[in-house]
Amino acid sequence: MKVVVCVKQIPDPATPYRLEEGTNWLVRPSEQVLDDTDRYGVEMGLQLAQANEGSVTLVSMGPAGNAQGIRQALAMGADKAVLVEDDGLRGSDALTTARVLAEVVKREGFDLVIAGTESTDGYAGVVPQMLAELLNAPALTYATSVETDGSAVTIHRQTLEGYDVVSADLPALVAVTAGVVEPRYPTFKGIMDAKKKPVDSLSLSDLGVDSSAGQEVVSITEAPERSAGRKIEDEGQAFAEIISLLEQRKVI
Amino acid sequence: MANIWVFVEETNGSPSTLGLELLTKARDLGDVTSIYLGAGDDEAFAALGDHGATRVFHVDSGERLPSAPVAAALAEKAAEESPDLILFGQAYTDRDVAGRLAARLGVGVLSNATDVRITEDGVETDHEIFGGAQVATAAMSAAPHIVLVRPKSFAAAPSGGGPPAITPLVLPDTGGSEARVTASHVEEREGPQLGDATIVVSGGRGLGSADAYELIEKVAKPLGAATGATRAIVDAGWVPYAKQVGQTGKTVKPNIYIAAGISGAMQHLVGMKDAGTIIAINKDPDAPIFGVADLGIIGDVHKILPQLIEALENR
Repeated sequence: MKVVVCVKQIPDPATPYRLEEGTNWLVRPSEQVLDDTDRYGVEMGLQLAQANEGSVTLVSMGPAGNAQGIRQALAMGADKAVLVEDDGLRGSDALTTARVLAEVVKREGFDLVIAGTESTDGYAGVVPQMLAELLNAPALTYATSVETDGSAVTIHRQTLEGYDVVSADLPALVAVTAGVVEPRYPTFKGIMDAKKKPVDSLSLSDLGVDSSAGQEVVSITEAPERSAGRKIEDEGQAFAEIISLLEQRKVI
Repeated sequence: MANIWVFVEETNGSPSTLGLELLTKARDLGDVTSIYLGAGDDEAFAALGDHGATRVFHVDSGERLPSAPVAAALAEKAAEESPDLILFGQAYTDRDVAGRLAARLGVGVLSNATDVRITEDGVETDHEIFGGAQVATAAMSAAPHIVLVRPKSFAAAPSGGGPPAITPLVLPDTGGSEARVTASHVEEREGPQLGDATIVVSGGRGLGSADAYELIEKVAKPLGAATGATRAIVDAGWVPYAKQVGQTGKTVKPNIYIAAGISGAMQHLVGMKDAGTIIAINKDPDAPIFGVADLGIIGDVHKILPQLIEALENR
């Protein structure tokens, strides 16, 4: 079974994000990290591939930088990676991203595509669905559990009130939520092996995708700030302050 | 007048609150058609009319997972009448249908909008970025403009509109294999729904362990509050995803929000910063949550919450 996992390198969420002057694009340092959300997709892919004698190919779009995020996913156990990097892709919207990923996925061939539900830096939350449409494949989304026998896939799809059981024949795309599975930490051997794994690099001209972004940020303004109120140190009686505020607000 | 479509999903037999919020906004922007996904009955359709829809495109996908067939049906209809704007909510099925529809039509999607305006050149949307510290205004070139709006961006209000004209849309065969919904499970839950609660008590990593989440439940119970959580502790498996408040979880706007052991990552703030009164307890005096808290308490949740529980239970 051929499993393709979409992954993204993002600026470390623990560092402040900023926008580039003029374009309002997110500044992406050369040192990026694997989006934490994607560790769940990679782990799911590895487990399903192992159970079905398959392989895991990583597909990623964006500035590669030192590719340490991709290496991290390879160190978890993925077999190879395909990276699409091109200056013409800067400021891409969700549709362009989906078009690029779709071209690569078609070239690689797939039984199952796995993606995160949304990235942590852009969080448009529609790329997996767009990708599935471009691949003419069903999209089983918001998965909190995934099972496959190699010919069909069944997931638990998160709903507001619980979950639905959703099934489709392969080939299909599954978008997983964080928590679908416990991601492994790379072992020392995994990290060493990852250095030797193939990482193919492609550009826009290799793929022939139209990258004209249909949308732009026209302005950035400061939001009206919510002013902080009182800040006190607890010396044993702070709970009474909470009680008194709840009383003032007439909820107790 | 602009031709505006609004996607409304049925929840428990009625139009979702999110859908009604979008209809309320849309009627100020142009002529409103509601796409209604669900079984549908006269009462549901009347509610759509009462919130500004003059027409309803009714789709019922039955066992089929809606995204692919509904997107295909809407793409056909869009080719017929070129709507100017299609509004969806930032919600599960909305995102599925919007994404597939946009890819089919070859247009972009603007996600996480908090406001929408019709301009001379098309459509402009506002998006809160960096946890709500800044607002990015975006524009899109090609119509139809597909916009996903965050829940609670607008308040739903009836307009007194009469019953709309109903057009059932036939769902086409999409050609490829399709996903089917074979069963639905409703998880048992105590207390009020997180999205609608007037008081929300949430916990984060500062609780230290999954077991300590019990403290959150014990504070919530006497207050009749819903319980929430940060992405960090949902990812850690301490509580189910349904409790997550924030960018990737639910947006809440309660009168009172109590944040215990929550540092206030951007991801979390965007989901709760519009609460009426925010009370925060955290050990770290520099935690960003204190920047939005009306009452910030620097202290240990393991000391303060038990005292608070006792005080609440003794009332």
